[in-house]
Amino acid sequence: MSANQPDPPAPGFLQAQRRRLLPLFLGLIGLIFLAVVVSILTKRGVDLILPLFGLSVLLLIGLITLRAGSFNWLRGAVIPLLAVTTALIIGAFLIAFTDRAVLQALGNFFDDPGGALRLAWNAVATAYSSMFEGAIGSPTRIADGLEEWIMSGEARAFRSAMRPIAESLTRSIPYVLTGLAVALGFRAGLFNIGAEGQFLIGGLCAVVVGFSVTGLPAYIHLPLAILAGAAGGAVWGGIVGALKAWTGAHEVINTIMMNWIAFRLVEWLLRGPLEATQGTRRTAEILDTAKLPRFFEPPIRLHAGLFIAIAAALFVWWFLWKTTWGFEMRTVGANPNAARYSGMNIGRNVILAMALSGTLAGLAGVSEALGLTHNMTLGFQAGYGFDSIALALLGNSHPGGVVLASLLFGVLRSGGTRMMSVAGVPLEITSIIQAMVIIFIAAPAIVRSLYRLDIRRDEMEPATITRGWGS
Amino acid sequence: MTRQWRKSLTRERIFGGVAMAAGLVILFMATRAEAGVRSAFTDDQLGTLFALPTREALYAFGALCFFVGGWQLYRGFRSLNVVLGAAAFLVVSSFLVWLTAAGSINLPGLLKTTLVSATPLTLGALSGIFCERAGVINIAIEGMMLFGAFAAIAAVSITGNHWLGMLAAILTGGIMAALHAVLSITYKVDQIISGTVINILAAGATRYINIRLLEPAGYGSPGPISLMRVPVLVDVPVLGKLFENTPTVFFMLLLVPIVHIILFYTPWGLRTRSVGEHPRAADTVGINVFRMRYINVIIGGFIAGLGGSYFSLSLGSFEDNMTHGQGFIALAAMIFGNWTPVGSFFAALIFGFADALQGKMQAFRVALPPEFLQMAPYILTMIILGGLIGRVTPPAADGQPYEKQ
Repeated sequence: MSANQPDPPAPGFLQAQRRRLLPLFLGLIGLIFLAVVVSILTKRGVDLILPLFGLSVLLLIGLITLRAGSFNWLRGAVIPLLAVTTALIIGAFLIAFTDRAVLQALGNFFDDPGGALRLAWNAVATAYSSMFEGAIGSPTRIADGLEEWIMSGEARAFRSAMRPIAESLTRSIPYVLTGLAVALGFRAGLFNIGAEGQFLIGGLCAVVVGFSVTGLPAYIHLPLAILAGAAGGAVWGGIVGALKAWTGAHEVINTIMMNWIAFRLVEWLLRGPLEATQGTRRTAEILDTAKLPRFFEPPIRLHAGLFIAIAAALFVWWFLWKTTWGFEMRTVGANPNAARYSGMNIGRNVILAMALSGTLAGLAGVSEALGLTHNMTLGFQAGYGFDSIALALLGNSHPGGVVLASLLFGVLRSGGTRMMSVAGVPLEITSIIQAMVIIFIAAPAIVRSLYRLDIRRDEMEPATITRGWGS
Repeated sequence: MTRQWRKSLTRERIFGGVAMAAGLVILFMATRAEAGVRSAFTDDQLGTLFALPTREALYAFGALCFFVGGWQLYRGFRSLNVVLGAAAFLVVSSFLVWLTAAGSINLPGLLKTTLVSATPLTLGALSGIFCERAGVINIAIEGMMLFGAFAAIAAVSITGNHWLGMLAAILTGGIMAALHAVLSITYKVDQIISGTVINILAAGATRYINIRLLEPAGYGSPGPISLMRVPVLVDVPVLGKLFENTPTVFFMLLLVPIVHIILFYTPWGLRTRSVGEHPRAADTVGINVFRMRYINVIIGGFIAGLGGSYFSLSLGSFEDNMTHGQGFIALAAMIFGNWTPVGSFFAALIFGFADALQGKMQAFRVALPPEFLQMAPYILTMIILGGLIGRVTPPAADGQPYEKQ
């Protein structure tokens, strides 16, 4: 070998160390897990659980990026995980630099630089730890409650300690259903911004059947109320689909219009015809036979809507990937021209997709109305329209992804409520975080360049889900 | 058989039929109206301007509308807009006459409210026109306006000057538009998704900053901007009222012709439209597609911010989600107006009129829940969008990211 021949390029440090780093990572994660278990059992060092948890998540992300080859099935999770982490970090900066104490300390930053940083860290730590407690629960209280339950058989303390995580699950139910609604639309090439209106109409129909139909046993009344809500949502979405199929009117404008019509309709109904007592602006309570059963006793509100959500997720997966109709729908969404040339009926698929999408959103309203509120008030729909779009994007329009994304949003929402009461951070921080998440998911190139991951060529390609106004 | 029947069902004929049907409905209302009752149109200073005998006026309007529809079916007008305009005018006048039977309505007041309600809608539509003529769908008008509304109040609270507030609103709208441009032009994110992000961000961020920073500092309601009077015109007897208004209204009235001239009579406008219609061809003749799109989207953001400042500056304070969906109505107005400034202005006037009428509903004897009148523009949008879609022609490359080869 001659001297002037160049050496073969040295393998990157990470690649060389991969074999040694992997067991290290796995060992660290195992140790952290052990530490968490020990601290729950001994109730010592409980404050450390949250940082340890965060550390293990970071290690997991590192592990996945390192072992991208052998964790191929996890590869799709890298960008969403990094997107959520980045959004949470930006959220932390927002919390810190809008805190009045921090801002005052920043005023005399040069006298006491440590003070400002300490205050900022405190603000963020209080906010996020209260969010964690509101979303998952306080480890100490869970440990205490569990101990009491085992020792004395009294489960009340355990139930109230478990309430936060149950609440997160409860909050996830409408997210799963509305997220599925938008995801199904995306798969069919339709952008359903009208989940909010369909949600409202679904809930309205269910409530009306719930209190006006009397004398039925629960096993008839409840399904009837659910069906009514689903039908309401289907009609509300189906009208838009029909208009699109027959006249070509764009679904984005029409779903927005249908939203406003639904809001006004419900306002009018709650002001007059359906108002239970003058001035309350709410309907009568639904009968007991129409209520979705709850699994546990009072502090926990988790209800049978969970089954509706799980069933809907399974149904959407089965429908889209295991049936001919679903195949047609996906083809129409992916390439309408190909679908047309192969003899598929575009119009029928558009109507069907919008109606199904509306049904799913309607079912979300049903589960909220029959499971939680038991009546209809103004402000029932509370922003599910925009959140559902975020969910569908985060979940890559796949039922499994939507369920995971919904769990995240449920956690954010129920944690955000506690964060507001404990740390005084407005609930709106969660919608800012959600917007960031969508940005990073929709433009993966930003995340990849932030973390110095190699940019895949296809990610700079245009990703058009919707097609202009005309077609 | 059915196919042939469908083929003969052209848009021209449908409109003729619709106009005839509307005429019949008006005639039917006329037969139900009380005889000898008058509908009065009044003014604050002059008292009654004129009073029409309700029944006879309805008969006349109905017959005229029926005739217009029939003529359209029989011979056809040269332009469909004539039929549309005439029928719309007749239907609206009949509706007004019917509503005010044995009562009165303040006509200049109604016109003024119409113009004021149409102001943010027109500005939003102009913003959309700039973006979409350059080939970028702007569904974020709502979010940009909300950011503008908020920035205006924040700036006025701090500086105490309303004009600086308006400037802050314009700049904030531009910043959000720049975000939209970066996401949808550079990163080629689906434009509707990128717009939705801005809408979500606007709803969250304005409220967050408001609660967290402005309210604790005691800012947030600096009082409304003072009205502007146009020197000579304000003294005109009846319509003079229109010329004492929030400054934004006059900016809007100036911007409509300016945007029209820029778009259709300047090289810049030609380039903008070419980038929106056929970016590859534009690129071939040396137009920088990305630059054109960026600048136009940001100009659109400026205008949307100005439109947003109207909400908060005329009220004098910021409220959560105070644009409540007007940005989307502006989008509909833009589509109605076929992506032209003048057309969008008239479309916005229609929406503004429904809004103005809704506010005066309590004064009438006719019991119609106001919610239904509020629904009317939405239903109207859906009907016209369904019926007119062949007529509205969006820029050909609207919504498609451009890739250089």
